[in-house]
Amino acid sequence: MASEKVQQLTDAEFDAVIKSEQPTLVDFWAPWCGPCKAIGPVIEDLAVEYDGKVTIAKMNVDDNPATPGKFGIRAIPTLILFKNGQVVDQITGSVGKAQLVALIDKAN
Amino acid sequence: MKDHYELVILGGGPAGLSAGLYAARARLDHVLIEKGAPGGQVLLTDWVDNYPGFPEGLTGFDLVEKMTEHAKRFDLNIELASVTRVEPNDGAPTTLHLEGGGQVSCDTLILCNGASANTLNIPGEMELRGKGVSYCGTCDAPFYRNMHVAVIGGGNTAIQEAEYLTKFASKVSVIHRREELRATKIIQEIAFANPKIEFIWNNTVTSIEGEKEVEHLNLLARDGTTSTLAVQGVFILIGVTPNNDGLPLQLLQADKWGFIPINKESQTALPGIMAAGDICSKEVRQIINAAGEGAVAVLAAERFLQNLKKSKFLHS
Repeated sequence: MASEKVQQLTDAEFDAVIKSEQPTLVDFWAPWCGPCKAIGPVIEDLAVEYDGKVTIAKMNVDDNPATPGKFGIRAIPTLILFKNGQVVDQITGSVGKAQLVALIDKAN
Repeated sequence: MKDHYELVILGGGPAGLSAGLYAARARLDHVLIEKGAPGGQVLLTDWVDNYPGFPEGLTGFDLVEKMTEHAKRFDLNIELASVTRVEPNDGAPTTLHLEGGGQVSCDTLILCNGASANTLNIPGEMELRGKGVSYCGTCDAPFYRNMHVAVIGGGNTAIQEAEYLTKFASKVSVIHRREELRATKIIQEIAFANPKIEFIWNNTVTSIEGEKEVEHLNLLARDGTTSTLAVQGVFILIGVTPNNDGLPLQLLQADKWGFIPINKESQTALPGIMAAGDICSKEVRQIINAAGEGAVAVLAAERFLQNLKKSKFLHS
């Protein structure tokens, strides 16, 4: 069940979204990745909690190869926090909600 | 989530989902607490060929979906939450402290927390994690198309993942500290017959080097010789460590690695607390015995609850 609050990003939209005023957390994932599936519900939870404050987005690396290549992503899930178009920090692996909240809070 | 349940199941891998199936069918007042989507380590498994009832084999994904669907058919109750601490209360209900505040109590508890991949703790491992260092071949193999990668380990997971990696990588070097594998014979046979897999016996990896991404590994052979292996990725698959954060390990009489001992009825050293699956102290960690322990644990929980009701009745 995909939440409407989680934005599905494509290569084409990527730059515009991460350059927007609101910080953006991008979850790079793929349908065949188990840990990506495991953290799915947490991402949806965060999207509701941070609605209007932080954009929570997902990018399917199968459909969008350019952006993951640009950021040297070699493992998924990788979650990257962007602010004003710049990388603030990133985490790889299916981490818990507390660690994701700590990552998002680095935008402040 | 309510304040109190007769039974709480912690974790939603095969042990937890089997316990959930039995608990739901027993109509126990229950909840299964899971910090993400159900599945556990099975979600990291590309292919399951040793679970009876599926003669064609199936993906770890599919097995988890079927187990979840099966338990939900009997109204398994799953809640998304993370337990930070388990506090036993000497006969009285156990208290579970939740991340972000709040708590839940339960008369019986089944620990199905599972286990996670071990790290090697060598230089470069943390620094290059996600940049060539991986703990999941099934997840990251497609990023290594036509590249040379290494797999460290000699058990079932390592050898099965090495085989899977050959679908993408041009060459897979399996580095093992001994001169024979622990993996199941049929898994070994398939790997030995695969021309893309090379075995480097009697070697350990002492460090992972690379500027921005993994470039090479430094190896140390048993006879003391050192060498360097140029690879673009390294998959560390050297067993598991229990997910036991926040558990009362001393009271549970955890073994020296932190796994929880159980008896034939899946009971731990603490009354009313059972354990099942990979968190248990045992020789074999397979989906099938995890599922079995989960079922047995619910039967133990039911007996405990019946005795509790009897003693309450006698003392009322």
